[in-house]
Amino acid sequence: MTIVPIIKRDYITNLAEQGKRMDGRIFDQYRKIEIQTKVVNKAEGSARVKIGNTQVLVGIKMGLGEPFPDTPNMGVLSTAAELVPLASPDFESGPPREDAIELARVVDRGVRESKVVDVEKLVITPGELVWLVFIDIHVLDYDGNLFDAASLGALAALSTTIVPAKRFEEQLPEGHKKEDFPLPMSEPPISCTAVKINDFVLFDACFDEEVIADARLTVATDHNGDIRAMQKGLSGSFTKEEIQKVIKGALDNGKEIRKTLKEATSS
Amino acid sequence: MKSEIELITSEGKRLDGRGPEDIRKIKIEAGVLHRADGSCSLEWGGNKVLVAVYGPREAVPRHTQNPLRAIVQARYNMAAFSVEDRKRPGPDRRSVEISKVISEALEKVILTEQFPRATVNVEIEVLDAEAGTRCAGLTAAGVALIDAGIPMRDIPVACAAGKIGGQVVLDLGKEEDNFGDADLPVAISPRTGEVLLLQMDGHLTVDEFNQAFDLAVKGCHIVSEIQKKAIMHKYQAIAAEVQE
Repeated sequence: MTIVPIIKRDYITNLAEQGKRMDGRIFDQYRKIEIQTKVVNKAEGSARVKIGNTQVLVGIKMGLGEPFPDTPNMGVLSTAAELVPLASPDFESGPPREDAIELARVVDRGVRESKVVDVEKLVITPGELVWLVFIDIHVLDYDGNLFDAASLGALAALSTTIVPAKRFEEQLPEGHKKEDFPLPMSEPPISCTAVKINDFVLFDACFDEEVIADARLTVATDHNGDIRAMQKGLSGSFTKEEIQKVIKGALDNGKEIRKTLKEATSS
Repeated sequence: MKSEIELITSEGKRLDGRGPEDIRKIKIEAGVLHRADGSCSLEWGGNKVLVAVYGPREAVPRHTQNPLRAIVQARYNMAAFSVEDRKRPGPDRRSVEISKVISEALEKVILTEQFPRATVNVEIEVLDAEAGTRCAGLTAAGVALIDAGIPMRDIPVACAAGKIGGQVVLDLGKEEDNFGDADLPVAISPRTGEVLLLQMDGHLTVDEFNQAFDLAVKGCHIVSEIQKKAIMHKYQAIAAEVQE
């Protein structure tokens, strides 16, 4: 570890002992969240999410193709993330590395396992022709907590996606509906991420907090208050009490974030 | 079939209602990203471009360093969702070429001799594409470089002219680019008129070229004023904040 993170670590932990954080938040408080939808004309759906200084743009493209042999009655979802060097002095160009792949997979799991997209309604000819949904996450400005920003961006972009049936008219079989229609969706779970620094649990870490974090935990909760996905990261550990604290914080924050998401996607 | 659509009427009216010498609507904002040393967001018609500048910082790997001056590394990248059919992420031959010609154009105006062994990284992300992304990218890069405080001889600016339906026009739109006769992107240093970037594809007579070139330069000067306004706007906002 170089000297700067050590100084920052001292600063952040000293503040935490007084119950404070660098930007004046309390431990389980999120930064301001802004969601803007329909920001890319060429995409079938898109959203730009800001959590504090962190900015993520998610675009949805659709196409027609073959389903996977083991799921002939389902459309195909595919998620990719690019940590473009625009977003941070430490990101480099080239094929996606570990971090980008973990980010894409966590978002993918959140969308896939929660069945938020009704993929069974995306089948045109079972086993032959289905809709493909590509979720592309473009990180624009990295100031921590990409997991929550990317998940939220994916949900917001999907909720505003219009399936471009008219554009693919010629490839659709005779008698199939050729009007554009909104992507069939159900109530999404919301992901909330907390980090642990010494014995403190902080939600929505900014970049400086994330760099020195010992452990990280993401919890996705649904509108019934049930848990739908979890992912622990980094080399530190959590106690059971700490995990329960994160779950409670995820439920409370999730409620607020769900409201923000609804407002942004309902118009 | 589509090549028969009339791109321009005999009265000089284009598909989107513009006259031959009209430029699409341009919106520029400086300093939009938190982590970057300098940044710019630019909308040009249906194009949306975001540029970040990092540096000058040490060039790595070290064999890329020049002991006498800084190197300029611009990287033009299109988002997967920025075009009609999804583009596979990552560099392709087209974006590598565009990155190269933009790097070379910027290198001419940056005072690279002040920063031996360093690099200036210019990250150009095309988020929404609709003809003329390289001009939009280079123009935004000019503003982002100023925002980063990189010493420069001038603010580089770009604009394209072209030929559609037999007429020379400014700033080709989407259909005009696809079905037109020629496209001529030009970047200049507006103070001196030096040409920093020039490409042409299609078919032009020498007279038409001269006409199109002059028109593109005229376009550059129009865009240059919008660039300067965006930069002034940012500093005026800061000045107002300081005074409060």
